[in-house]
Amino acid sequence: MTTDTDTVAARRATEAVWRLESARIIAGLAGLVRDVGLAEELAQDALVAALEQWPADGIPANPGAWLMLTAKHRAIDQIRRNERLGGKLKLLGRELETAQQAAPAEFEAVLDNEKIDDDLLRLMFIACHPVLSTEARIALTLRLLGGLTTEEIARGFLAAEPTIAKRIVRAKRTLASKQVPFEDPPPAERSARVASVLEVIYLVFNEGYAAMAGDDWMRPALCAEALRLGRVLAELMPAEPEVHGLVALMEIQASRIPARLSPAGVPVPLPDQNRGRWDQLLIRRGFTALLRAKQLGGPPGPHVLQAAIAACHAQAQTAADTNWEQIAMLYQALAALAPSPVVELNRAVAVAMADSPERGLEITDSLTAEPALSGYHHLPSVRADLLTRLGRYDEAAGEFRRAASLTRNIPERTVLLQRAAECDARA
Amino acid sequence: MRFLMTVNGGGSPPDEQLYAEMGRFVEELTRAGVLLATGGLDRGTHVVASGGNITLTDGPFTESKEVIVSFALIEVRTKDEALELARRFWKMVGEGEGDIRQVSGPEG
Repeated sequence: MTTDTDTVAARRATEAVWRLESARIIAGLAGLVRDVGLAEELAQDALVAALEQWPADGIPANPGAWLMLTAKHRAIDQIRRNERLGGKLKLLGRELETAQQAAPAEFEAVLDNEKIDDDLLRLMFIACHPVLSTEARIALTLRLLGGLTTEEIARGFLAAEPTIAKRIVRAKRTLASKQVPFEDPPPAERSARVASVLEVIYLVFNEGYAAMAGDDWMRPALCAEALRLGRVLAELMPAEPEVHGLVALMEIQASRIPARLSPAGVPVPLPDQNRGRWDQLLIRRGFTALLRAKQLGGPPGPHVLQAAIAACHAQAQTAADTNWEQIAMLYQALAALAPSPVVELNRAVAVAMADSPERGLEITDSLTAEPALSGYHHLPSVRADLLTRLGRYDEAAGEFRRAASLTRNIPERTVLLQRAAECDARA
Repeated sequence: MRFLMTVNGGGSPPDEQLYAEMGRFVEELTRAGVLLATGGLDRGTHVVASGGNITLTDGPFTESKEVIVSFALIEVRTKDEALELARRFWKMVGEGEGDIRQVSGPEG
């Protein structure tokens, strides 16, 4: 006889299995039915069945295989109802028969790992497909690959749940109506498609990284999820240096999470962070990933360059040990490869440290008219720092105030206004 | 969130089949982006600090069942995921003892 506590425990265990297995199950099903939306529905049906049966019967020896088999049953029911897809019935039926005849120990074969790896990679590519908007790619990736619920995605992105739900439904509909095939991208498109996957993962990471003290815990959890997706991707595409570059970048950035906010919740600039709080395990993992990228050879891509910059910071025992010349050079290479005003602003900081505040300030002068940075509080705050170092307190005070008016972090605003007042006093 | 899964001594050493299964398990966890670090531990040196004196005692210790012989540091999204992975591990091992503890930290 089962008690209520048993039921709750079984339910929680079932949900944990789902979290661990859902991406592979959806991927394997999508490989069979060639429709991501349908694959997800079938997988969800299997989860519902598990939630009904497992608390009573106990969790099966291989829960992943159980879910997959159950979902395959449902796929066949579905296909029987749908004459149009009749051709696939034979293929599915044969696989299922084999699986049913197999001894439980051989259920492993149902989840042919290598084949599912291929399908998992295809699932990543299709979730990040260019026919979808960036927002839709993010939501679909977290849903299909991360196994996150609509509610969790909404909380992570400070959005309303119905908005995210609609976005996911629409994304699946777009993939179906545009008849986007569930397959490896054609060779000519491959590098752009890889870049799209990397972009989505890094956007998720940055969304989590931007979380502030007091935010819903789901926001920082996005960092961990992006990191996990990156690590999975690195195993699926071991020959892509940029994938390892992104993993290295995220590992090293994540290593600073324990040090990046002051106890009051103010973001602490990198040079002022307590390096003793940096997570050495993640730094080492980041270096390993960067090394893998470099060993693959070829000219470094944008993620490898950004990871190399992060590695420069991680290598410095103290802020004063930072090799700013090297960082300025890497930013220059990055600006040549992937020019952007934010990269240019970071280069300005590095040049100011390596060379002189004047040279850094010159670079920022060319950015003040940049529309992309008009609401970006880092631009005036960098300029304010450089002006302070040059003793131009009057101008610095103005820039600190501008930065204060642009940040949405209240404790940071207070600090920026304090610094403005200090400049006023010295002007 | 991170969890440290530890295995205590006293069990029989893994046979070839278990050894291969464990290798697959470790690979699977790595591929899933879950495993951060893993390792075996020697019998160690016991440290007692008391009244300003530090006493070091080399192992082996009699109660090997109370001594950790290997560990895996994993990163998962919920405690239930850690428990599920522990279940899979111990199902494979069969007999033995160990612990699963959350590693506290700012991300915890």
